[in-house]
Amino acid sequence: MSAEILGWSLTVAQVFLGLALVFTVYRLLKGPRAQDRVLALDTLYINAMMLMLTLGVRYSTEFYFEAAMVIALTGFVATAALAKFLMRGEVIE
Amino acid sequence: MSEAPDLPLWAAILVSALILVGSAFTLIGSFGLARLRNFYDRAHAPTIGSSAGVGLIALASIVCFSILGSRFVFQEAMLFIFVSLTMPVTLMLLARASLFRDRAEGNPEVPPVTVPPVTSPSPSALPEPGLATPVEPVAAPAKQPVPREDKSGD
Repeated sequence: MSAEILGWSLTVAQVFLGLALVFTVYRLLKGPRAQDRVLALDTLYINAMMLMLTLGVRYSTEFYFEAAMVIALTGFVATAALAKFLMRGEVIE
Repeated sequence: MSEAPDLPLWAAILVSALILVGSAFTLIGSFGLARLRNFYDRAHAPTIGSSAGVGLIALASIVCFSILGSRFVFQEAMLFIFVSLTMPVTLMLLARASLFRDRAEGNPEVPPVTVPPVTSPSPSALPEPGLATPVEPVAAPAKQPVPREDKSGD
């Protein structure tokens, strides 16, 4: 009973997160300017990280947490570097 | 449906509610990212997913693993702290970059610099040196080729 409740709500949550990924990919592909694409990429990282966390709850392993941590770290570095590039034209001056 | 950990009933209901509300927040934020018109409007929308969404899903994961392992598991809180510390930094960097690009192109939708250097170009009169550098006529020709190049590529 309880596993069924949790399984169904995890499925619904993963569908929600998948739809969120679809919206961000739409903005990433369409975005009229470069900063829209960078913003969409940052949101894509965050959404993928949350999908990793729900997968970790579903399969009840701790390994997905490490994947989520790596995704969060690379997302921060990538967005900071891309924003610096948009601002100055170079990443490392 | 499919496999899920076998928690007690109250914990299953709690974890389900937290995960559903968190993912709904994320979906609303991403829908706003796809739907809103302006970049500066769009920059607000995904922050609900990166604050409330990450917080609730990390809390659900903490509750689930704490009950499964019968000890207090704290590591997902680290993820929430990290994301809530880095998200404002990246968004402010991105908004500053976008504002700089819009001002360099002369976009009329963005607000101008608060004190334009019209008559007295003494640097002490400017309120904030970082704000005023894009409109200085000396710095403008050196920086203008970059957004123009990007604009043709977009």
